[in-house]
Amino acid sequence: MVKSPKRATVVSVGGNVGYKFDFGPVWDGMPDLLMGCLGTMGLALAGMLLATVIGIGGVILRDSRFPPLRWLVMSFVELIRNTPFLVQCYFIFFALPLLGEQLGVLMFKFGLLAKPTNLLLLSPTATAIIALGVNGGAYAIEIIRGGVQSISKGQVEAGLALGLHRAQVFRLIVLKPALRAIYPSLTSQFTLLTLTTSVASAIAAYELTSVAEIINGNSFRTFEVYFTVTIMYLIISSLMALLFNAISRRYFSYPVK
Amino acid sequence: MSSQEILFLLSGLKWTLALSAVAFVTGAIFGLLVALARTSPNRIVAKAAEYYINVFQGTPLLMQLFVVYFGLPLLGLKLDAWIAVAIGFTLHASAYLGEIWRGAIQAVPRGQTEAASALALTYWPRIKDVVLPQALRISLPATVGFLVQLIKGTSLAALVGFTELSLAGKFIANQTFRPLVVYSVVGLLYFIICWPLSLYGARLERKFAAASR
Repeated sequence: MVKSPKRATVVSVGGNVGYKFDFGPVWDGMPDLLMGCLGTMGLALAGMLLATVIGIGGVILRDSRFPPLRWLVMSFVELIRNTPFLVQCYFIFFALPLLGEQLGVLMFKFGLLAKPTNLLLLSPTATAIIALGVNGGAYAIEIIRGGVQSISKGQVEAGLALGLHRAQVFRLIVLKPALRAIYPSLTSQFTLLTLTTSVASAIAAYELTSVAEIINGNSFRTFEVYFTVTIMYLIISSLMALLFNAISRRYFSYPVK
Repeated sequence: MSSQEILFLLSGLKWTLALSAVAFVTGAIFGLLVALARTSPNRIVAKAAEYYINVFQGTPLLMQLFVVYFGLPLLGLKLDAWIAVAIGFTLHASAYLGEIWRGAIQAVPRGQTEAASALALTYWPRIKDVVLPQALRISLPATVGFLVQLIKGTSLAALVGFTELSLAGKFIANQTFRPLVVYSVVGLLYFIICWPLSLYGARLERKFAAASR
């Protein structure tokens, strides 16, 4: 993994401090760090997809005609949004596997998972994806619901009166304006989700921060490693912002009135 | 869980609350400066504040904590772990609150500033007596929302080894081999603190939305 430090870049700061910066181990570990970046992006992408699915499903259930379903979704949203992501990770990673199948009912009640039987087999990375998806999903439910509510009933009625099918009304009149309305909040939530992946290092999921911890453990160049990794995260989130802006300009820049 | 273990969790909770309170108060003071700098007529100051906000909003809170926690000693500062962690959260909070209040300051109608200028108020009285009271009102729901994020965020102090609620929970879970009960209790404690704040924030939001209609 990490070779012996070559002492490539040594920068010293003020003599009274006496600490010499040494980015050598960081340079040696660069291939691993770049793989870690890919791991982070993979986690983030999987988390976003799961969050979107949970968000859309949650909104459908949230507006169902069956009150217990509505309450279930509402409690899920409140529970997830008012507890830390780290505790959610710990819960899924350490607590759920011990539950076993006979307590699957309880897990379902908490809304943490739909398939309790698989819980015993969860790897750190799978745990991270589920935790990210569940956490992001709770926020996505609220965001998507706001978008759906922003479409006035009159628009839908007008569409139906013009002889469009329900599916056409949904696609042309509801979906696109709703997507446009939720796009800023949803994408900033996605950026936040990407940054949150670093917390998954606490359960040793494969991503950038875990790689950094390994390099730190081998070299003890703590500050140099984490400083470099912080800049890598900044680059990742800046690229995401650029991408989201480009998509917005391409699809959502049309006159409203 | 024995009563001793519950007491240990509660002592962790005490540190979570202390850290949240200190981070919020000091973060609010610096956040106000960041917001004023961000809306300053001086373009260099405004640009610097913008970069400050972007860096903190574009990097993970965990990395900010690591860099501050391991970076401060390199500057020759020998600080208590808890002070170092508090400084990390303060910087984080100041950037987020700065951005929230920047939006609120800019949401105050321009006519207010112009009227104040016309009445010969200089910059400081204009900001202090005209703009900020209105801006703080506008920003209240988002500020409460961020406070909830901050309280949840203090759990990351566990990852630099600061024994607040989450790390206390991890110790107890490892000791008792009952992670299900322990993490449920830990989650519940966070929920009991955060939920009322979230409800309050949502109520404020509805109230202001109704008022501005």
